[in-house]
Amino acid sequence: MAKLPLQFRLNGSDRATFVDPASNLLDTLRRGLGDFGPKYGCGQGTCGVCTVLVDGEPQLACLTLAVSCEGRQIETTSGMADGPNLHPLQDAFMDHFAAQCGFCTPGMLTAARALLAKNPQPSREEVVEAISGNICRCTGYEPIIAAILAAANAPGARRA
Amino acid sequence: MLDLRTCASLSEAAGILSGDRQALLIGGGTLVMRDVNEGRLTDGTLVRVTDPAFRQMSTGGARVELGAGVTMAMVLANRDLACLHAAARAIGGPAVRTMATIGGNLFAAAPYGDFTVALLALDAQVILQSGYGSGRAVPLEDFLSARERGGQGLVTAVQFARPQNSAEFHFRKISRVKPKGISVLSIAAHLPLSGGRVAQARVAYGAMAPTPIRARGVERALDGKPLDQAAIQLAKQAALEGCRPATDAIASEWYRREILPVHLGRLLAGEPR
Amino acid sequence: MATMEMRKDLFADERDDNLNVIGKGVQRQDMPGHVTARTRFFDDHAFDGMLHLKVVRSPHHHARIRAIDISAAERAPGVKRVLRGADVPVNKNTLLSLINFGKDDEPSLAVGKVSYKGEPVVAILADSEAQAQAACKLVRIDYDPLPAVFDVEETLKPGAPVVNETYPGNYFEYHERFDHQKLRFGDVERGFAGADIVMEHRYQMSPIEHAPTETNGSIAAPEQNGRYLVHSCAQGLFFALGTTAKIVDVESNQLHFIGGTVGGGFGGKVDSLTEPLAVLGAMLTGRPVRFVLDREEEMLYGSPRGAERIYIKDGLMRDGRIVARHIRSYFDAGAYTRLSSYAAIKCTAHVPGPYWIPNVASNIYVSYTNRCPSTAMRGFGVTAVDFALEVQMDRLAEAANMDPMELRILNAYRDGDMKPHRRAAKNTALVECVQVAAEKANWPLSEQAKRASSLIGGGAGERSQIPATQLDARGQIGRPDSRNGPVTQVLPAGTSRIAPSKQPVMEGARDGRATPTQVPRYEPQRPVAPPPQAYQPAPPPYQPAGSYSPPPAYQPASPPPAPPVAPAQPQHGAVRFSSVFGTRRR
Repeated sequence: MAKLPLQFRLNGSDRATFVDPASNLLDTLRRGLGDFGPKYGCGQGTCGVCTVLVDGEPQLACLTLAVSCEGRQIETTSGMADGPNLHPLQDAFMDHFAAQCGFCTPGMLTAARALLAKNPQPSREEVVEAISGNICRCTGYEPIIAAILAAANAPGARRA
Repeated sequence: MLDLRTCASLSEAAGILSGDRQALLIGGGTLVMRDVNEGRLTDGTLVRVTDPAFRQMSTGGARVELGAGVTMAMVLANRDLACLHAAARAIGGPAVRTMATIGGNLFAAAPYGDFTVALLALDAQVILQSGYGSGRAVPLEDFLSARERGGQGLVTAVQFARPQNSAEFHFRKISRVKPKGISVLSIAAHLPLSGGRVAQARVAYGAMAPTPIRARGVERALDGKPLDQAAIQLAKQAALEGCRPATDAIASEWYRREILPVHLGRLLAGEPR
Repeated sequence: MATMEMRKDLFADERDDNLNVIGKGVQRQDMPGHVTARTRFFDDHAFDGMLHLKVVRSPHHHARIRAIDISAAERAPGVKRVLRGADVPVNKNTLLSLINFGKDDEPSLAVGKVSYKGEPVVAILADSEAQAQAACKLVRIDYDPLPAVFDVEETLKPGAPVVNETYPGNYFEYHERFDHQKLRFGDVERGFAGADIVMEHRYQMSPIEHAPTETNGSIAAPEQNGRYLVHSCAQGLFFALGTTAKIVDVESNQLHFIGGTVGGGFGGKVDSLTEPLAVLGAMLTGRPVRFVLDREEEMLYGSPRGAERIYIKDGLMRDGRIVARHIRSYFDAGAYTRLSSYAAIKCTAHVPGPYWIPNVASNIYVSYTNRCPSTAMRGFGVTAVDFALEVQMDRLAEAANMDPMELRILNAYRDGDMKPHRRAAKNTALVECVQVAAEKANWPLSEQAKRASSLIGGGAGERSQIPATQLDARGQIGRPDSRNGPVTQVLPAGTSRIAPSKQPVMEGARDGRATPTQVPRYEPQRPVAPPPQAYQPAPPPYQPAGSYSPPPAYQPASPPPAPPVAPAQPQHGAVRFSSVFGTRRR
């Protein structure tokens, strides 16, 4: 069966690859394009470790048909930092020890990023809702919530 | 291996679906891609619709029409659809809501399908298109009864009459994990009051049967009565009529039967979950 | 970390107050990698021409395999190779054979029969995961279902279906003697007879799934010079390397294991579930092979924490003193041993909990059932029995009409108290922990309880003594009729050691590699002291009298040597673990 061509912008760069018709975006990003930031945790939309931004909206890459991303803007955690300068959320996660094994961290950061881009001063409840689709088995969530609230109040936090 | 057809028009998609038994519509992918990822769906054709009509929302008038491709996030972003916000917010987490469609939710197996429960309590109609013909409206309840059989055609939209008073529409999802978790059960109720009495109550349950169902016993118990303690008691007594809840990984049949009347009573009395 | 309070007033004279790291928020070295998504987990590596491995699993809890037909699967699109049990060089292993403990009992791919639902039978290697999954559906296996047993006590009864053919009694066999692990101290029956209150309760813990966010998996790739590179999720990389080397029958220096960051382990990534077949696949196809459990496999077939059933019988005096404790506990190992044999020993070392009790006995069993084999998780062997012990303590407090905190302070070990394991307790602190917890919870304590201290009262009188101890030969291997046997011997008071009936070494592996490889020794340049003599146990002080005659006690040729100047030849793991299994290394 012939593969289908696919082009989109990934973290600000034009990328192109070929995919099977039913390929999902997660496999395409990881094995097709070498972006190992989004992870595989469940393949069924429960854990959130594959969370990416598509045209600024959070989406689960494991459930996204790769072909549906033609021409779109995809953003992953790998593109969050501005060169050597970390995004305020990345700094806040470090300051608040918001990761242990680190496996949920790319997805968490992406979910948090989507929240702060729309709602720069979220309440704690809004933060909890924003990460409600991301499972963490290590931290118990409190350090993550604290980090996101701290980043929301940090200078420069309005960056998407 | 799976093939993919991208259709620029609803008619084209409807045509493919009615002509090929191994063709399957993919909306946001939250149901279909799970089957692909887990190796249950390995052959056939996925059909994708890019027709803008699929995601159209007409919410200004008394009658609301939402394309089957409208997502939960789109519902939440639309202030005219406030009565459906509780139901839309109950679906997955933020990323799932970006992707999950109204049409897809109609096909979600119990214990999923909470948005459909809300539509059922709104007396919604499903617009079905078979082949290249025009769409026909089917009551949601009839659509759900025939769902397992399949072959009803392509769902292109849902329609319902907007509740005159959104305070008279209630939705509640009962789950162990909050804010996002799979339903132990969900309840939707439209209880319009006329002269202080309930007129044409519509009550629906999720995860209390293989599909979302109307709670006809409750509706009969409430119609024509004020929403007082006595009526609520009668409603609780009739709560389980028609229920055939499953035992699954989330809850047992016994547990669902035990708690349904309790949560129904709280919803009717305006008490918290 | 603002929330940590340091109680340096407690045991202040026992340490230098020079903590440089504890209590301070020190950044993890992998944190920058985590937040930039640069941390490499096992699956975050690209290999050209990589194949995907998926296994066909048994749908039955217990069944004979009559026939396996892989012909359709072999012809399926994308399939490069199909593996069956006969393709695995050493298709029988047990995890702890690496330290000479236990018999090989578990196949990598089942032959003859399947013993749990989900047991791998056939492995498919294909160009894509989807193709491997599709080909799995084409494998035809004929099964004859067998009766299954799921209860840890039912399975020990004579006549129960044999779950694990290596252990036909459905129990792990300890030291070639007993069907359980024993602890004996004093005379519990006499303790119960003299107690004011006797109570026995049963506790049950279910299996618990670790549910790490990252599922189990590995990628194996041919390197150069016949070596294989393996990116593994393993928590113990040397364990995984040793297990894999044995199963695929290569020298361990042909394997290059890279681990590092595990996406959540919690004990569930110690069983080498994927590395052996991934390496075997790479060897047989010459291509990189990726074997990852999907979420459903991880939840259903990734090994859980084993379920445990625990019976605790206590003799209590009205003033709150516990005078006798008997614990009978059953580990549900599932169909194969893995680490459960070790869990039971840890449990035995842990009971009766941090309390001084003059009469203690425990029987800890490892039962095989037709369930998914269980493994380690967060203090396994200890966590579940602690739950049981502490609930029991609350029940005892109720029975004695005593505050539960005060009951614990009363019974807690203090420094110098003799433990049933015949070691004096030291560095005890339960009393202080309870006092601080009560203070934090605004839980009123009596003045007496507030004045208690781990440093006062321990070892006084009876508390430092080893009592005369009843021994028995109950529960011999292959003799279920012996489970209700009599007391066979009374060890005199003060006896701290029993002469071993033979060399205190565990059974070696019966199949495959029988002896562990020796670590090569490199001669340093300068002259060195001669290597130390092999380990010799201390001469036993206990001299038998009466009907029991042990075999001749082991007599060392000379006393243990002084520590050498040069680095010593490292002993293999068997000695490193010796303090767990009863021998001592000084």
